[in-house]
Amino acid sequence: MAEVDELSKPMFAGLSDVSISGDIPVEGEINVPVGTPSHDDEYSTLDEPVKDTILRDLKAVGKKFVHVMYPKKSSTLLRDWDLWGPLLLCVTLALMLQGGSVDSKEDGGPQFAEVFVIIWFGSVIITLNSKLLGGTISFFQSLCVLGYCIMPLTVAMVVCRLVLLGGSGMVSFIVRLIVVTASFSWSTFASTAFLADSQPSNRKALVVYPVFLFYFVIGWMILTFSPSA
Amino acid sequence: MASSDGNKNTEPWGGFDDNIIQGTGSAVIDIENMDDTSGSSFEDMGEMHQRMKEEEEVAEEAEATEEETGEDGEFLGMKGIKGQLRRQVADEVWQAGKRQASKAFNLYANIDILRPYFDVEPMQVRNRLIESMIPIRMIHFPQKIAGELYGPMMLVFTLVAILLHGMKTSGTVIREGTLMGTAIGTCFGYWLGVSSFIYFLAYLCNAQITMVQTLSLLGYGLFGHCVVLFVTYNVHFHSLFYILWLVVGGLSTLRMVAALISRTVGQTPRLILCGTLGALHMLFLLYLHFAYHKIVEGILDTLEGPNMPPIQRVARDLPVVATAAMNAVNATVKTLGVILQSQ
Repeated sequence: MAEVDELSKPMFAGLSDVSISGDIPVEGEINVPVGTPSHDDEYSTLDEPVKDTILRDLKAVGKKFVHVMYPKKSSTLLRDWDLWGPLLLCVTLALMLQGGSVDSKEDGGPQFAEVFVIIWFGSVIITLNSKLLGGTISFFQSLCVLGYCIMPLTVAMVVCRLVLLGGSGMVSFIVRLIVVTASFSWSTFASTAFLADSQPSNRKALVVYPVFLFYFVIGWMILTFSPSA
Repeated sequence: MASSDGNKNTEPWGGFDDNIIQGTGSAVIDIENMDDTSGSSFEDMGEMHQRMKEEEEVAEEAEATEEETGEDGEFLGMKGIKGQLRRQVADEVWQAGKRQASKAFNLYANIDILRPYFDVEPMQVRNRLIESMIPIRMIHFPQKIAGELYGPMMLVFTLVAILLHGMKTSGTVIREGTLMGTAIGTCFGYWLGVSSFIYFLAYLCNAQITMVQTLSLLGYGLFGHCVVLFVTYNVHFHSLFYILWLVVGGLSTLRMVAALISRTVGQTPRLILCGTLGALHMLFLLYLHFAYHKIVEGILDTLEGPNMPPIQRVARDLPVVATAAMNAVNATVKTLGVILQSQ
């Protein structure tokens, strides 16, 4: 490395005054021993157009949605975990649960932040619980699975909103009850199909119960949602 | 910040300074917007200093083998190398910060500390749930209390869910706060707070019980609460609640009290400890029933008047079926209120 004495010694000096502007050209071949080689030298995704990146991520998310709709014992969901899908579902659910208060001055319905916090902290607690019970699944894999399995409940929320457009009597309540119960059992079944495999076989029930409770609370929030008049 | 008494200000961006590392020991290294606070400890400063010395040695070696060096920085190649330097320095700082963070994480966020308390089988949990309703009369030998946290935690969460259901069906409107927050705060507050208080009293009364055991004992005692509330939030008969309160609440209290008595010596400590626990346990069930239940609306009408509490009950769109029953019970309670007021 070609280096000048007065520049090599005070390495940190004056760096506060430095703004790394983009117009410092590097020309020619400079072989410099770099401390850590960049991780994806062979497969760099920084150079591809943004459209490609987004489409690739969207395809991955879509594939996982399909896996949730038809839960089979596959390890794809676990292996390539991502949190985009859960974030999307969580935000959609929280937005749709807004404005569910009879009295508009005081927000009796769940706020956006409330739903968000419940979903994420509930997932974290269930993950910690399954890890403490001796599970082999990693933290983010579990968050990923739990987040993706909220999808049936989001679909149920959409259906409930549509049903509520037609009135809020006894019939609509029964329809909503059936829809929410069906989707909540679907969610629980889907997530246990992925999560229970990672537990020792005699403790599956201990892991399933908090998941059941978690989706039950979310389903309850959806069922008791009534839009402001 | 590093002041540039810049004898080397040939660069438009200010040049390196001579006097930063040689003994001034400035602890703040700022690269762009990166604040590195790990340099504030002596060890890190020493470590970084050491590494920088190594860097300099490497740089000097490389310099000795290179031919094209210039005194000033106008040379185009130099700018590229300075860029590399900056990157390297940033990398060093990042590594140092990461090292420190992972050390702290491994120390504090190690969940393996809690692992032994979650080592249960479903059969054990089921048995403990049933046993929490059965008082054992052996008080001359310390009763075995399992130090387990899975069952209590699941019971607290179940209680939260039941409470939410009760609040929603009774149309409770929380003025400052949210339904969910109130439910979670109440249940966890009770479990953790009363457990700590009982542990403190046990310490004063010289009882042989550990904190995990009080948490476990009280947690399993909430099983009775869950059962009673689940029934009475759906079947609204006042007398039924009182009977269940006495029987179910009483059984679980007796179980906890017997376990505590078996671990305490002396009449007065036993009395203090068990009296406190019994009172708090039974009163909590009473509070949970009445604070979040629609019956209270009747009482509020007659007794409270203009003083609106922060948790305000507002009659809402209740289903038609319940209204008739509600009216009947409201009438009963109103009469009761009138009688109470006239006394």
